Amino acid sequence: MGAAISIDYITHHYPKQKDPTLKDIELTVRPGETIALIGQSGCGKSTLLHMLAGLLIPSEGAVRINGHQVIKPSPRWNMMFQKPSLYPWMTVRRNTSLGLIFQGRRDGMNKRVDALLETVGLADKAEVNVQSLSGGQQQRVALARSLATDPELLLLDEPFSALDAFTKVELQEEVSRLSQERGITVVFVTHDIEEAIAMADRVVVMGSNPGTLKHELTVELPHPRDRAGARFNELKAELMEFFGATRHPAARREDTDATAPDAPEEGSAAAESEPDSESGRRAIRAA
Amino acid sequence: MNRDVTFDMPATPGEWGWASLRSLNHLRRALQYPVLGIAGLLALWWWGGWVIANNPDTMAFASFAPGPTLAAFWDLVSSGQVWSPIESSLHRVGFGLLYAILIGVPLGVMIGYFNVLRETTHVPFQFLRMISPLAWMPIAVLAFATWDAAIIFLIAIAAVWPITYATAHGVQRIDPMWLKVGSNLGANPYHTLRYIVMPAIAQDVFAGIRLAVGVAWIVLVPAEYLGVTSGLGYAINDARDTLEYDKLAAFVLVIGLIGYMLDAICVRLIRRSSYHAQG
Repeated sequence: MGAAISIDYITHHYPKQKDPTLKDIELTVRPGETIALIGQSGCGKSTLLHMLAGLLIPSEGAVRINGHQVIKPSPRWNMMFQKPSLYPWMTVRRNTSLGLIFQGRRDGMNKRVDALLETVGLADKAEVNVQSLSGGQQQRVALARSLATDPELLLLDEPFSALDAFTKVELQEEVSRLSQERGITVVFVTHDIEEAIAMADRVVVMGSNPGTLKHELTVELPHPRDRAGARFNELKAELMEFFGATRHPAARREDTDATAPDAPEEGSAAAESEPDSESGRRAIRAA
Repeated sequence: MNRDVTFDMPATPGEWGWASLRSLNHLRRALQYPVLGIAGLLALWWWGGWVIANNPDTMAFASFAPGPTLAAFWDLVSSGQVWSPIESSLHRVGFGLLYAILIGVPLGVMIGYFNVLRETTHVPFQFLRMISPLAWMPIAVLAFATWDAAIIFLIAIAAVWPITYATAHGVQRIDPMWLKVGSNLGANPYHTLRYIVMPAIAQDVFAGIRLAVGVAWIVLVPAEYLGVTSGLGYAINDARDTLEYDKLAAFVLVIGLIGYMLDAICVRLIRRSSYHAQG
């Protein structure tokens, strides 16, 4: 059963920073729902995700999962990161089993892990060292590792942004399929508008300085989603507009002046406002 | 160590038959330079012996040459005399290293982990590290009841630094994500140490131990010149006093051989504990 999340008026100050990174964040997530958090670099979406994982405690407000306040990490809610961060001295099996070993759930562990590796398409790689796998395969191991402990909630911090386009789509669909089959609640952070619409039931757009929730968009399309479909692209355009509205005022003015307020201008404006964010730029251009 | 850290793959049995000829060729090529090096060293030794034997001033030391030395070495081995000093010396080095590891590894983990500790200990440790262990000799003799204990202390104090600093270096190289993922998967501190930290730093620890073995083996001989009546250092001193220069040189040979073997064992351990994929 998926976890129910309630985020109650979170405000977060990092020490030594004048402005809060997050301000008055309020969000409720239903069990089994998939939520995309989308926004520019520095809007605090990753900070928010770390709070859901219990890896960071908000300075004000609280995160509650199934009614209990989150104060530390738990294998009931697992986080996946941009890099697979597998343990290079272990085999695929060992990496996948680790959560179960830590919880002392060794009974039937191998069988469980076999079934999981089968699910992510790595059944024949179980005894292989993870260093010999491709980036996509490594991220699949990380996914299997996250699912091994039967989490109620999966938190994904741009987990596919380092992958090539084909592998990315494959994994997005895999996560959607698995989370639906198992009824897992998913919250993921992304720069990629298409990824947000392809996976999420609800897309939440965040604004920066301080990080706030600006808009919400419900995606009612059935899975697997047709990315070339009319409704899909309508939603994409709608989200583009939301996204544009959270940008710097100067960039927005540029938009209204332009005859075609879409792709190229968006790209260059985003590039100016966040020169360090490669993936951000790419995502917006692709859209 | 942990089974996970080894990548030695057994070759399939079928491979051996037809590939053995090629692997023999491979072995020959792998050995040709080491053999050349050994031959060069022997030639230099032989030449030195010849020079000493032909100079009237140094003729008395002619038994340092390869011939007499190897004859004495054979005597020591065949009569079994060689084993007792080796045993005493290895016993001291073994315990010295054991204490150095027991102190150095935990200390290194903490120095690598806590920046404050690293900065606080930097000056005092670098200061202590640069003091020759033999300078502690008089103090060690006063502080310990037996000579044996004093020598073990000297070896430990020499060996602890490379182990400490190599371990600290290993800890600093740990990817913070490994710890984050670990705690997310529900690792307790024991799990973190056993499944994440130890395998991650094993290679660095063994690299430190290798350096420590080198230092310990060097410190051992002069430390055994004093007080004790056993061990390789004592045997050398004893041979000098009785003017048995061939025996003296034979013990030097023994020291070199054992030192080489200890180092080779460490190299093997480093290789086995490395998690980097081997091509």
